[in-house]
Amino acid sequence: MSIYYSSTDHFVLLPAILLALFGCATLLFDFWIFPEPKQRRYLVWFLLAGEAFAGIALLKQQLFLVEQNGLPIEAFHGALIIDGFSLYFHWIFLATTVLVALFSYRYFELRDEHHGEYYGLLMLAQVGMFFLASGNELVTLFIGLETMAVSFYILVGFMRRDQRSNEAALKYLLLGGFSSGFLVYGFSILYGLSGSTRLSDIGNAVAARDPFDPLVFLAVATILVGLFFKISAAPFHMWAPDAYEGAPTTVAAYLAVGSKAASFALILRLLLGPLATARAAWEPLLIGAAVLSMTIGNLAALTQTNTKRLLAYSSINHAGYILLGIIAGNAMGIQGVLIYILVYAFMNLGAFLVLTSLASRGIAGDDINDLKGLMQKSPAHALWMLIFLLSLAGIPPTAGFLGKYLIFLSLLETGHTVLAVIAALYVAVAIYYYFRLVRAMFTTPQENAEPVSSSLGLKVALGVTGVLTLVIGVYPEPWVRFAQWSITR
Amino acid sequence: MPSHILSIVLFTPLVGLLVLLLIPGENKFLIRLWANIVAAAGFLVSLPLVLGFDRAKDGYQFLERADWIPSLGVQYLVGIDGISLLMVMLTTVMGFVAIFSSWVSINDRVKEYYAMFLLQQVGMIGVFISLDFLLFYVFWELVLVPMYFIIGIWGGPRKLYAAIKFFLYTLAGGVLMLLGILTLYFQYAQQFGRYTFEISELMKLSLPLGLQQWVFWAFFIGFAIKVPMFPFHTWLPDAHTEAPTAGSVILAAVLLKMGTYGFIRFSLPLLPNASADKTIVTVLAVLSLIGILYGALVSLVQQDWKKLVAYSSVSHLGFCTLGIFALNQSGLSGSIIQQLNHGISTGMLFLVVGVIYERRHTREIHEFGGLAHVMPNYAIVFAIAMLSSAGLPLLNGFIGEFTILQGAFEANKIWAAFAVLGIIFGAAYLLWLYQRTMLGEITNEKNRGLPDLTWREWAVFVPLILWAVSIGVYPKPYFDLLDKPVAQIVHRVHQSANTPLASLPLHPIQAEARIR
Repeated sequence: MSIYYSSTDHFVLLPAILLALFGCATLLFDFWIFPEPKQRRYLVWFLLAGEAFAGIALLKQQLFLVEQNGLPIEAFHGALIIDGFSLYFHWIFLATTVLVALFSYRYFELRDEHHGEYYGLLMLAQVGMFFLASGNELVTLFIGLETMAVSFYILVGFMRRDQRSNEAALKYLLLGGFSSGFLVYGFSILYGLSGSTRLSDIGNAVAARDPFDPLVFLAVATILVGLFFKISAAPFHMWAPDAYEGAPTTVAAYLAVGSKAASFALILRLLLGPLATARAAWEPLLIGAAVLSMTIGNLAALTQTNTKRLLAYSSINHAGYILLGIIAGNAMGIQGVLIYILVYAFMNLGAFLVLTSLASRGIAGDDINDLKGLMQKSPAHALWMLIFLLSLAGIPPTAGFLGKYLIFLSLLETGHTVLAVIAALYVAVAIYYYFRLVRAMFTTPQENAEPVSSSLGLKVALGVTGVLTLVIGVYPEPWVRFAQWSITR
Repeated sequence: MPSHILSIVLFTPLVGLLVLLLIPGENKFLIRLWANIVAAAGFLVSLPLVLGFDRAKDGYQFLERADWIPSLGVQYLVGIDGISLLMVMLTTVMGFVAIFSSWVSINDRVKEYYAMFLLQQVGMIGVFISLDFLLFYVFWELVLVPMYFIIGIWGGPRKLYAAIKFFLYTLAGGVLMLLGILTLYFQYAQQFGRYTFEISELMKLSLPLGLQQWVFWAFFIGFAIKVPMFPFHTWLPDAHTEAPTAGSVILAAVLLKMGTYGFIRFSLPLLPNASADKTIVTVLAVLSLIGILYGALVSLVQQDWKKLVAYSSVSHLGFCTLGIFALNQSGLSGSIIQQLNHGISTGMLFLVVGVIYERRHTREIHEFGGLAHVMPNYAIVFAIAMLSSAGLPLLNGFIGEFTILQGAFEANKIWAAFAVLGIIFGAAYLLWLYQRTMLGEITNEKNRGLPDLTWREWAVFVPLILWAVSIGVYPKPYFDLLDKPVAQIVHRVHQSANTPLASLPLHPIQAEARIR
């Protein structure tokens, strides 16, 4: 065994290296090459170039993996792993970051806060996500989590002169640090149990013990507390509405999609990997969190007047649905979780994107009244938003239905009928608040209403998210296949 | 011989919709014209179904099959039998009538209005021709969105409340139904080792009675809300009262039929043991009877013309569900004929209300009286619609109600007795409504000088009247159409009820997934 940096290591790490290089370079380019605020739009192209290179590296990994029939590639003595599962998430992170960057610049220009650091932080957060999905060892996973989290702490407070943004960042930082503490405490117990930080060794050590062994249970419980916070599942969801409301809309979107997807990758990796034998210990906790998330998310969303807060509660609700798939835990359930996360990424980004376009100089655009008359001001925005909301509610033939369908099915297959009925009924509750937004869009506009702000990037991102939300719903076959392939090994 | 006629019928409104979106919104005339052309074309392309349908053949005709999501066993599978044929024709005819009748009355957001109707048309036809359960479900939900907007944008003063209530009720029922569908789907996978949503495949399932009952109730909630059956009917008066005329017409004539059609196509054949179960049949029959009597009694006291017609729907649909759960040939065929009849006569009644609402912008019954003096033609049309709805012999309503009563009598004499009471109340509220609005002296000065029916309104009513009379005078072709499919369903229900359930070996569902 060589202790040197091997070519496999390089092959596996390359996407992260590229992202980190481009991300750091953006920080320099900001004042070095593009000192004028107007020129900073070029940084979007720079980010796209970085993502393109990373995408090529990922594609090579994907092709190699297909060639090997999905046999995972390990690097750094098993600290990193590339398998179908991690690649599936890498593609989601890549798409999310690109889309967020595309619809961001206009938003920040209007607020005179257009800085190059933004794009750098987006990419650095993505590096963190990379390690979360690919890490196969506790320290790597934790560093990945913190890389992502620290980037987000800054991004949430990116509107330096806005009190709400600052408050949101502080809240998120304090609670986030606290939850990381729980997580790392759980990690340390796992290390104590197995004497190793590798997930495979930990798996063996946990399998040798009873699921309700106090140490195993303590580790499971503390890790779940930390992770529930990250995915904003109740009862650790309190930060989400405040953080989403205060953060710039684009960051809220990235937080709701990217951060959540990455944290779910970690949950899946831990619960279905080393902790799979302790299912008896974590399943009740997950059931509690899922039901509570759907309940709190749905009921609190009913009365919100701020659209970002409404979407925050809706994202808490979605976290509950995704947890249900893990609770079911059979192949159909995990496939459902993967599809759900993919679909959620596009439909939720799309919804935030439309909100972003409502913001203009001096107007946050996040009140429900700002949506009024959107159908007349810009039919395209309104119709796409309608599709995103229908998809979020899970109405066929939009993509959101596919995710819910797979999760309901897996619940029935594994005999969780009561959970399935609860989850199904909450669909009807959710339609009520999503349709409050629809109602606003289709009523007559207010006097002297602000026009919708738009830009090329915004239009492209809107088109991509909208078309994908429809296409995945109408022709799900390739996507389902992809998700199936990702978890076959 | 593969024929794509059903796909053509299904997608004609969709193609028309896409073209409609390209027409600039200011050109209202062109939009109206195009929407009417598309609706007429939708009707014309559905005619070959009638001409080409072979009533001597068993099973489904005009089948089309294509894989949609092979990895989940979902297919694009469409086909029709006599039951669906009648429903499809009802949809294409009423769709055209609804669109045609909106020419003058809708001036606001014309493009969106017609777009919603065409989209709705796709969903409704899809519901009636799908033979794959998931495909059916997709169309079932697809119908909700346009109707939400039709009520919510072009409706009356409480339109937003009515629209979201309609949406929430039907969606809640729909998702529970979905759980029922998924249960069948995964039971099939356990028994046969593969996934499919194909109805005829799912019929091969043999399920224990307890499970069948659970699935039956899941379906029941979905279908009963749509019909609507008694405790779930509260969305209907609101939706009908607030919807624009054409919306009410489609809602009453076609949308409600999706529920009864669901019972006939899915509940009975897929869950024969549960459907023949004594408790379930009794509960369903009693709820139908309550619906019949309650709907009729509430209609009697309505002050609002449109609300009266809305409640009369509850009563009439009660007959339809009673016929279904008589579980015999006459009950079921009567129910299907009655569904068609209800579509025609209640559609006409809503159009009648629409005519007067456009002239007076009120629907309070006490505002009117003696209209027969100023609008004699209108009074004749209303009389025919009213009598057809009340079940006068030689008009369509009689045929349906009579056959249902015959079926109910065979099943249980007490049911028939209560149902007859419903017919009497039905005649009472309709005749009294006619008397208060049309007959006597003109009591309200505002009603003097109201114009009689225009040629456009005549054009809407005449085909419906002709259809109503033709069914009433010569219903045989309709019964011929229904003979085979209904006999099959009845046979299936009674046969399974008398044979013990076989137990088959189970294929275990894949155990826990692992990620290394």
